Amino acid sequence: MISLNVNGKKYKVDVPDDVMLLWVLRDHLKLTGTKYSCGIGECGSCTVHINGKAERSCTIPVGQVKGEKITTIEGLPDNHPVKKAWIQEQVPQCGYCQPGVIMQVAALISQKPTPDADQIISKMDDVICRCGTYLHIKKGIQTAVQIVRKEGKRA
Amino acid sequence: MKTNISRRSFLKITGLTIAVSVTPFGYNILNASEKKDLKTFNPNVWLHITSDNKVTIYIGNSEMGQGVLTAQSMIIADELEADWKQVQIRQGGAMDGFKSPILGAQITVGSASLRGFYEPLRKAGAAGKAMLVNAAAETWNVPESECKAVLGTVKHEKSNRSLTYGQLCEKAAKLQVPQDPPLKKESEFRYIGKPMPRVDVPEKVMGKAVYGLDVTLKDLHYAVIARPPAYGAKPLSFDQKAAEQVKGVVKVIQIPQGIAVCATSTDAALKGRDSLKVQWDKGTHPDMDNAFIEKSMMADLDKQGAKVHEVGDAKKALSEAAKKVEAAYFVPCVAHATMEPMNTTAYVQEDRCDVWSPNQNQTACRGMAAGITKLPPEKIHIHTTFIGCGLGRRAFTDFVPEAVITSKALGKPVKVMWTREDDIRYDRFRAPMAHRIQGGLDAQGQLIGWSHKTSAISIMRPVNPKAIKDGVDFYCLWGLWDVPDSPHWNARIQYEIPNLYIEFLMADLPIPCWPWRSVQNGPNAFVIESFIDELAHAAGKDPLEFRLQNLKNNKRATRVLQTVAEKAGWGKPIPMGQGRGIAQHACFGTWAAQVVDLSVDKNTGKIKVHRVVAAVDCGPVINPGPLVEQIEGGIILALSTALKEEVKFDKGGVASANFGDYPIIRMSEVPEIEVHTVKSTDKIGGIGELGVPPLAPAVANAFFNATGVRIRRIPLTPKTVMDAMKKT
Ligand code: FES
Ligand code: FES
Repeated sequence: MISLNVNGKKYKVDVPDDVMLLWVLRDHLKLTGTKYSCGIGECGSCTVHINGKAERSCTIPVGQVKGEKITTIEGLPDNHPVKKAWIQEQVPQCGYCQPGVIMQVAALISQKPTPDADQIISKMDDVICRCGTYLHIKKGIQTAVQIVRKEGKRA
Repeated sequence: MKTNISRRSFLKITGLTIAVSVTPFGYNILNASEKKDLKTFNPNVWLHITSDNKVTIYIGNSEMGQGVLTAQSMIIADELEADWKQVQIRQGGAMDGFKSPILGAQITVGSASLRGFYEPLRKAGAAGKAMLVNAAAETWNVPESECKAVLGTVKHEKSNRSLTYGQLCEKAAKLQVPQDPPLKKESEFRYIGKPMPRVDVPEKVMGKAVYGLDVTLKDLHYAVIARPPAYGAKPLSFDQKAAEQVKGVVKVIQIPQGIAVCATSTDAALKGRDSLKVQWDKGTHPDMDNAFIEKSMMADLDKQGAKVHEVGDAKKALSEAAKKVEAAYFVPCVAHATMEPMNTTAYVQEDRCDVWSPNQNQTACRGMAAGITKLPPEKIHIHTTFIGCGLGRRAFTDFVPEAVITSKALGKPVKVMWTREDDIRYDRFRAPMAHRIQGGLDAQGQLIGWSHKTSAISIMRPVNPKAIKDGVDFYCLWGLWDVPDSPHWNARIQYEIPNLYIEFLMADLPIPCWPWRSVQNGPNAFVIESFIDELAHAAGKDPLEFRLQNLKNNKRATRVLQTVAEKAGWGKPIPMGQGRGIAQHACFGTWAAQVVDLSVDKNTGKIKVHRVVAAVDCGPVINPGPLVEQIEGGIILALSTALKEEVKFDKGGVASANFGDYPIIRMSEVPEIEVHTVKSTDKIGGIGELGVPPLAPAVANAFFNATGVRIRRIPLTPKTVMDAMKKT
């Protein structure tokens, strides 16, 4: 039995240590917002937060994150500045990559509340969006930054 | 075109319909006929008005990010004069009434969801409105002409009475459905042409949208399939016991597609598949690799092909030309590589079969499931989920039968998942093409002759041989030539060429190919528009001027070219070291042009595209936001293929496997993009695929402008660029 702390809830799952966190979230906890696309850490669709840091759940064996604070797209509040900005800017097309992208952006702006254009590109250049929403992602980040500023609190 | 909006055809099916609710609460199966205590009014397949004053719209086309749920619903709601707030939208099941009037199937391809359904959806909404107005007039016993529908309510101003659509639906349901209801004037449009937020966006942002891979069912089993590593390879041996010993593996089943490992979790299925240690034979083409493919297709160009089209005498014109240009081009395979890999969940029971599938072709899904289960079509329930990128791939539903077969064999609900490696290796690619063209100009630089030979892997031959007419597969030729009665309006060379000859050869290679966003309009536009640039150069003319000179009677091509040129500042000086290129293309009833600005790092061969300016003329615009997103997305996808993507083959199979060895464009490589729509009152055209065709040639032309070097093959990788620059 492995104990997990996901989105503030405690879970116990009966899986071997070497199962990737992604599959535990999806198959066992039914948290299907976190997506599988490449399984090798190349695309970012599976990104979650582990202790506030963006990590790729497809390459993290679940045994390594016992008891750590895990947050998935479902656990990011619905009124989170990034989610609000994403709706305002109509960022998703098919939307499949977006939960991962949103989690990565949320981590980025919580660490760097006012990233400049170059920082955004260098921090986001490891995600793939086959629909080509990259320009909307950039716009979404700027909007999220403004929302954070307006709301006067940290993301 | 006659539109079938008869109520009977819907009512007959509605009792069996299970709809997948996509908004607002995520995945939620509801049986339309099981809603209790509600009176309903369904004048046609799309509309479902209930006594709780809700307007539910069922959409037959698949939502893959193009905004079809929103756009089609806007059209219906507008003509229905519904209040957008009372509208809820659902992905519909597989039904004959959803068949595209231009494609003849329930399929989401060919940029056809709006151009095919604009009229029928307007009529569907208008018929609903006419019946509701009629019902109100009858209730009040006043002339219909005194009643007016406004935002979900019918009003009789004289007596200051009003009734909501919900109140009227029971009565309206008893009336005759009008076949030709009056339509709104353009000035009366409430939603059409106005920017409307997409209804699928919020749940996608919240992580609640259900894609195929996200389907969860009680007792769901997970399967992956070991598939042959080379075309035509057969398994020699595999270790079934080892796989079955993996904890969680339930059964190993040999099916026509390969060896399916069924388990209680994805992880167990994957581990089980690894332990199979399948030995395969060498397949049918053990020597096939990229060099083999390119060499054999280029060699095809020396053979006699099938005549596609001939007007005038191209041979004679070319022999008399003041200037003659000849060139050969090659476009390799690219993969769809949709973000969500192929998958389907099926549950075959004795008296019904449910299929949950991210598919673009419900007609095929239903037919395949019926064929395997031997159940009548009405017992097959196709639930189309959200789709993690379509790009045409999911119109070929090879991922459906294997799930149905596996579920049938296991007697349980089964989700068959393709890993990313499966998804790339067992893709049906954009067909590779080789071209040889000769073009001739008169002394004024006017195009007088064009002779064009092309070899391609046939898209349709393995799938639907009847689509091949006299050795010609028009799917490979779109953008160059098309049959006159084609549903893909006007996908042919736009230039006015008095002597034109086109010949086609089918390459004899085992690689499966399939439409890939814009089908072969992409590769063909690359070739035609690059060659036009070569001719412009030979004529000593500006590339824009040369195009306009040879498109004199083509109003729409001229307009998009002039628009894009003006917006991009064509002819104005550009920064040192940069190059600028232009290209145009028409297909699916829409005209498009782009201008690309780029620079080339002469030490590394790396191309940096700075800006793309695009213009489109697609007739009426339904929802302007998603239109821009579609063009932008198409440009970025096409740029990925112009600069990076090429499937690698080795030992008779696919060597590319994942995003590591099949690189896809990322944020740092994406240019600024401007999209301009030309105001147009012409017939409505497609949009989804129109960002793609002009991009690659505009890049190649800009590269020529920057370097003086012509590259006749994509992708323009740093290596290709360095090799080409060394040669000159
Ligand atoms: S699925 Fe994890 S990075 Fe692609
Ligand atoms: S929105 Fe479709 S892959 Fe990113």
